[in-house]
Amino acid sequence: MMDQLQLIGEVLASTIRLSTPLILCCLAGLWSERSGIVDIGLEGKMLAGAFAAAAGAIFFQSVWIGLALAILVSIGFSLVHGYAAIAQNGNQVVSGVAINMLTAGLALVLGNNWFHEGGRTPPLPDTLRFMPLTLPGDAALHQVPVVGLFYQVFSGHSLLTYLTFSLVPLSAWAMTRTRFGLRLRAAGENPHAVDTAGISVSGLRYRAVLIAGVLCGIAGAFLSTSLAAGFIKDMSAGRGFMALAALIFANWRTWPALWACLLFGFLSAAGNVLQGTTVGGVPVPVQFINMLPYVMTVVLLAGFIGKSIPPKASGLPYSKDR
Amino acid sequence: MKAKTHGELPAYVDLVLIPATNLVVALLVAGLVVLIIGENPLTALGLLLKGALGSVRGWSYMLYYATNFTFTGLAVAVAFHAGLFNIGGEGQAYVAGLGAAVAGLGLEFLPWPIALVLGIVAAMAMGALWGFIPGYLQARRGSHIVITTIMFNFIAASLMVYLINNWFRPAGRMAVESREITHIALINLRDAGAALGLALPPSPLNATVFLAGLAAWATWYLLWRTRLGYEIRSVGANPEAAVYGGIKLQRIIMITMAISGALAGLMAVNEVLGVHHRLILEFAGGAGFVGIAVALMGRSHPVGVVLAALLFGLLYQGGAELSFAKPAITRDMIVVIQGLVILFMGALEQAFRPLLASLFFEPEKA
Repeated sequence: MMDQLQLIGEVLASTIRLSTPLILCCLAGLWSERSGIVDIGLEGKMLAGAFAAAAGAIFFQSVWIGLALAILVSIGFSLVHGYAAIAQNGNQVVSGVAINMLTAGLALVLGNNWFHEGGRTPPLPDTLRFMPLTLPGDAALHQVPVVGLFYQVFSGHSLLTYLTFSLVPLSAWAMTRTRFGLRLRAAGENPHAVDTAGISVSGLRYRAVLIAGVLCGIAGAFLSTSLAAGFIKDMSAGRGFMALAALIFANWRTWPALWACLLFGFLSAAGNVLQGTTVGGVPVPVQFINMLPYVMTVVLLAGFIGKSIPPKASGLPYSKDR
Repeated sequence: MKAKTHGELPAYVDLVLIPATNLVVALLVAGLVVLIIGENPLTALGLLLKGALGSVRGWSYMLYYATNFTFTGLAVAVAFHAGLFNIGGEGQAYVAGLGAAVAGLGLEFLPWPIALVLGIVAAMAMGALWGFIPGYLQARRGSHIVITTIMFNFIAASLMVYLINNWFRPAGRMAVESREITHIALINLRDAGAALGLALPPSPLNATVFLAGLAAWATWYLLWRTRLGYEIRSVGANPEAAVYGGIKLQRIIMITMAISGALAGLMAVNEVLGVHHRLILEFAGGAGFVGIAVALMGRSHPVGVVLAALLFGLLYQGGAELSFAKPAITRDMIVVIQGLVILFMGALEQAFRPLLASLFFEPEKA
């Protein structure tokens, strides 16, 4: 019984860890798509952020500078995407695909050139990482039943994880209760109306991609300085796309996005635990657990369970003369 | 996708000058990256060209890569003509490996030419299936094709690991791959040379390269010489007008995606039956995504796709040789160039148009 509780605690704690980058990317996608800019490039921006964070931490011997660089680099790619989508009326999906490839290649070329370790950065010592923080009272209460489980799940995460979870209510508030959030959503639903009211659609959309850049940068920094110790090839491992799936699953809303990311994070955590285990002599096919988020998203998108409705003007360039 | 900004320009500007400008800019930025890592871009370019074009081996590898890219490029191009963005070429090619492998392993009782034809058909059928489902979901259920095809890439990746590991892997073998396919083999360059008394270097280039040429011709014929092709292009040009003209929109979307998937699936013929002679993990290796760059660069025309596929074949082979000569410039540099090509030839397609247009028009006088 205690062992099982222990296992449940571990899986739930791991769920929170693995959900962190998903939530950040999902919020990034939320801000971007709510303003009318489709963002397939979450994955690439996160990967660029991961590389910048690890490389920055090593060069400047500070994880904080690493984090700042991750955000800056991710914003840089965000602005490229924004310029293509907003100023050039370019195809937003094409631009996102380009950013994913560009970042995947650049990180490896530069990483190999700077560190000569086949594209990875040297492992980061604990002083250059965002290390687990223990909540007050953890040591005393860890062994207590029930309360101990709480500490097992919620204590011992990195600063970035706690930051991420506090960004969810902030994001929900900003999007539904502030003038900026309402205008931004209007830009994604009916840009003509926004324009008629004398508000710049481009300005709103640029600010949205900036926010997406910041969030993806933090997600990247989390991957390379908290979840792992250093950058390795393809370390984003499709999380940007899973976040996109979660966004659809959440119907482009903040709180449901949190639940969707936690669900997908849980599936990843469960998949990791069940790897190599057997039920009644039959190995658990972990691959099917791995593909579940994607299958669920396809099923949901097809309207077989509920209906997901994207922002009306997402993906459409806005030009005044139309 | 095309937005007319500054009036009509001569056709060659749109067809040649703008794409050429975009390509040059993409390559200049790539050159800048080479400079940043402390190498001379011109030396690098020289080594790259020599690596691909300086030997029979280089040429053969270039054509081998181009074979894959032609298939995946045509797949993306056909979908583009119907206004659909198929990002799922990677998954469609991967799943098509099932068809090729099942035919190669299971049809040993048939004479090999028949088994080969069935293998090609089976690969196309599996690819078509993996393209048809997103097409169906788009047409009948309104799911966005871009998202569904992305999801299908991931579903394919997990599914194939499971199937290869649990169904195809012979008992006791450690490597996650099927047993060797001995019954069907597409003749490769070295054996063909030996038959003619020529000593040629070993190479993955095999008879599938002719299939790529055939596929390009067939795609051209389909798009510009058949009723179906006309309907596909009409749907891409203006869906409402196409429906008004009596074209069944949903049907065309599903058929186009199936054709697109089948073309991507042909890549499995090259890899499974032509090169590896077994079903292996991740054999698509990103070629599905290269297809996007190839289709954009080739302006979705089969001739353009073949030329762009050759260019990317050159980059892949030349890049591999370059990374031997200059270890600082790893093969990942090709992925950077790919990204830049997609960015400048796709998303920023019109960025230099006003500049070029200003060379053709006198400034308006008030």
